Amino acid sequence: MSANFQDRNLVLPGDVLYEGRIRTGENTYRNQDQVYATRLGLVNYSPDNVSVVALSTGYTPLVGDVIIGEVIDMELGEWRIDIGAQSEAVMGIPDAVDRPFRTDYVMTRVLDIGDTLIAKIVDLDRRRTPILSILGPGLGKIHDGFIVRFTPSKIPRLIGKKGSMINMIIKETGCRIVIGQNGRILVSGPNREREEMVVKVMNKIELEAHTSGLTNRAQEFLRQLKERSR
Amino acid sequence: MSKKTTTKKTATRKPARSKKAKTDSWKRADGRAFDELRTIKIESGVLPNADGSAYIEMGRNKILCGVFGPREMHPKHQARPNEAVLRCRYHMAPFSVDPRRSPAPSRRDQEISMVMRSALEPAVFLERYPRASIDVYVEVIEADGGTRCASINAAAVALVDAGIPMKDLVAACAVGKVEDKLIVDLGDYEDKKGQSDMPIAYMPKLGKVTLLQMDGIMSTEEAEKALDLAIEGCKKVYEIQREALKKKYGIDQPQDKPQKELQPEEPKEEPEEEPRKEEGSQ
Repeated sequence: MSANFQDRNLVLPGDVLYEGRIRTGENTYRNQDQVYATRLGLVNYSPDNVSVVALSTGYTPLVGDVIIGEVIDMELGEWRIDIGAQSEAVMGIPDAVDRPFRTDYVMTRVLDIGDTLIAKIVDLDRRRTPILSILGPGLGKIHDGFIVRFTPSKIPRLIGKKGSMINMIIKETGCRIVIGQNGRILVSGPNREREEMVVKVMNKIELEAHTSGLTNRAQEFLRQLKERSR
Repeated sequence: MSKKTTTKKTATRKPARSKKAKTDSWKRADGRAFDELRTIKIESGVLPNADGSAYIEMGRNKILCGVFGPREMHPKHQARPNEAVLRCRYHMAPFSVDPRRSPAPSRRDQEISMVMRSALEPAVFLERYPRASIDVYVEVIEADGGTRCASINAAAVALVDAGIPMKDLVAACAVGKVEDKLIVDLGDYEDKKGQSDMPIAYMPKLGKVTLLQMDGIMSTEEAEKALDLAIEGCKKVYEIQREALKKKYGIDQPQDKPQKELQPEEPKEEPEEEPRKEEGSQ
């Protein structure tokens, strides 16, 4: 019954995190009485379980997530959308158009191959293929802006406690930012310079996601960027 | 061999080699001890467009590895309904060897692709991604013997960098027999001159061998001894893999910083280390 690391230490797959009986949390597995890490990340010990906050992961779709994807294929009555997950997502016409279904419907008028969209995962089917919908406020086709890629597991850091980080960035730069839980982030602002500022600060957050006091440093960084551009 | 012990031209090389000669009567072509690895340098996350990547320099081997996935399997009929498929592609660049080779995949490339797959598969939680594929692309930019081991080392680092859940890292190392002596981590020259070659991949934390190949002839005792030597070698490689992965996130790790600063000073303190450094700079 012992912890082998200190809280928030960097661990690698195969590291024995705990010896003894304890519940295994995220990114861990048990082999007899030992708990191992499965991903590179920061170990988190709580009284009743051990988990690892992964520093690099792919995206695992969850119902309710708002994501940003790209239409890669169209079939009869459905779009296939790349969301950067292990499987493509699908969206049927009833999830895209809030009108009674008609057989002569022209799907490309709503979304064409190559279009980028903000959508919500409404369901996972029995093969765990995500089903998307663009019916709802803030969802639908994207017309302008930057798409920035971000590690999905670090998105909570980008948002910050009660949105402190993201609100700070929005306030400092005046850009509109939409965070897709799949690690794609839409940035659209008043001018190119401001948008690039957001891209730069996001890269900084991504690199330093596991450090403390990041919001203040990011704010300072943004202010420096603004000074320089003046 | 005798040429090396007697030449006194290069002042920097001489002391290290003569010291080795006192302890070991027999030395290798490049002056390494029998259980000494080549200089290994690993860097993770070098390819921005891959999900995970790694670059390894193992002696004069230079290998780049990219990992993509888990992603949708194409062609779809190859997908397995109960688990992901790990696909490896080992490829040697035409300019990686002398003489220049054909860029078309050879029989040897196919074999090493398969060998890498079977060496890495036991470490990956494939059952977590049914119907998906995980693709590992390995490109040998410069080859100098032991590329399959170096490729496995790079691929393991790239897989962790891609965030693919794994049971353990996989480290690989070869042991061979040259002039009836067992040596670790064969270079190209030793590989061609030697009597036997045994590459091994090993999961150090779980203590499991995932790959064991051999060609040439070894007695049973030699093979057993070779296995132990190879496992020791794999453990050394494993430490370097760990360092490489930690380095990327080393900003807040106080233990990592002093080590990085100390590294360039090491050769001054320990002249025995010098032959390894030289080998890398050639």
